Amino acid sequence: MIRLTDVEMQYPNGVQAIRGISMTIEDGEFVFMVGPSGSGKSTIIKLLTAEVEPTAGRIMINGFSVNNIAERQIPYMRRTVGVIFQDFRLIEKKSVYENLAFAMRAVGSPSKTIKNRIGYVLELVGLENKARRLPSELSGGEQQRVAIARALVNNPNTIIADEPTGNLDPGRSLEIMTLLEKINELGTTMVVVTHEKDLVNRFSKRVVALENGKIVGDSTGFGYFGGAKSEKA
Amino acid sequence: MKKHDFGYFFHEGLSNMFSHGFMSFAAVGITVACLLIMGTFTLVAVNADANLRELESENEIVAFVDESYSDAQARALQSRIEEIPNVASATFISKEEATEDFKDRYPDEPMFDDLDPEILRDRFAIHLDDLKLTGKTKEAVEQVDGIVKVNANEEVSNGFIALRNIATVVCVALIAILLIVSMFIISNTIKLTTFDRRDEIAIMRMVGATNGFIRWPFVYEGFLIGVFSAVIAFLLQWMLYGAVASGIDNSSTIQLVSVIPFSQMWIPVAAVFAGAGILIGIGGSLTAIRRFLQV
Repeated sequence: MIRLTDVEMQYPNGVQAIRGISMTIEDGEFVFMVGPSGSGKSTIIKLLTAEVEPTAGRIMINGFSVNNIAERQIPYMRRTVGVIFQDFRLIEKKSVYENLAFAMRAVGSPSKTIKNRIGYVLELVGLENKARRLPSELSGGEQQRVAIARALVNNPNTIIADEPTGNLDPGRSLEIMTLLEKINELGTTMVVVTHEKDLVNRFSKRVVALENGKIVGDSTGFGYFGGAKSEKA
Repeated sequence: MKKHDFGYFFHEGLSNMFSHGFMSFAAVGITVACLLIMGTFTLVAVNADANLRELESENEIVAFVDESYSDAQARALQSRIEEIPNVASATFISKEEATEDFKDRYPDEPMFDDLDPEILRDRFAIHLDDLKLTGKTKEAVEQVDGIVKVNANEEVSNGFIALRNIATVVCVALIAILLIVSMFIISNTIKLTTFDRRDEIAIMRMVGATNGFIRWPFVYEGFLIGVFSAVIAFLLQWMLYGAVASGIDNSSTIQLVSVIPFSQMWIPVAAVFAGAGILIGIGGSLTAIRRFLQV
């Protein structure tokens, strides 16, 4: 579970990125986080991955308190959160299999577990036949699938996707979003940061809208942008 | 740490080294150059020290025996002199031997041909362990019954001491400076390789790798760079030293300098090269990786 209580975030240069945000994301929930540039979406991701510390308020994520977490505990907190980026961030010199194995090695998984788990995850994202390919030999959509597989491979409780379809055409974007929905249905909490209104409108999911560092909307249902919506308590 | 991690870290360190071939080559090249400069300077210092020690050992004090002592009585003083602390050896020189030495020094002076040995005294040529204690040792020898006079050239002794002290200070200072410069250069070189892999480090951090896990492959890489550099530098040093030593041995103009054979020094040289190479490699890696481990 993710819980933010009266969170404020001001960067050292004086920019106030987050202004008193409070929200709860339950285990297994799928949440779209939307908003224009500078609304605070990226800062929320940084807060949820303990890259920055809030200047006020409390953040709890999967049982860890980000506010007073010991430095040596941060890696263990991050293991509960998988992160997907717009630019994929794959290691170009490593094959698909090696990219995933690298992520599993990093958390100390033994070779046998790595082999079994990677086979399962590649099948889940539909890349079981491309394990030996280099990222440069894959399409954008396939590369993002590898990034999703990497986020998933250590079996995190939560996945945070930062503009996961930003570099993809509409067809591939829908495929990726459907894949994320499928992973969510298997029990993983999903937080997707995006500004693609059409894509958000196609899914009946909770949508949290941010503007100027504040939550300006929080509802569930189809057609958040211009369509019918049902307000969430 | 789990046992299987060592194999993984070693493999990662090795493959990192080869996959970033140019940077590794640069790091090895710079480490070899630094080790070679330090090694050459140290070997020159060691040889200079050995030559100075040899010269020191030739410096002696001379103790003259009372004229009234018979030859047997004079020789009996040897054991008492050798009991004095700091006396390395005492060699008895009879009046006759001293007269012959004197004549030998002036072969073209016929007036010394009939020199009567009785005008000279029996004496002891005394070599010391530590030239710094020349004054005290001279006083102790003077206290021996039967010794009437002691000649010690303290100025020469002090000159040797000053020369060695200066050589030691200069040597230590230069080696320390070279070591620091080497560490700095290696650290910067490895920093470049680390910068080249900042994305990998960022991914490791993102998926929850501990700082120790991120650091180890770089430590192994630094270790391997250090070992490779030490081996190459050692072989080059051996060849260089051999060439210089044979040049000096065959020279007709540099007869005063004696060169220690490399076969007598290769074990400490290899150990120091390995130690310094590993220290520079691992130290450089740890310094370089530090800023990438900040959360």
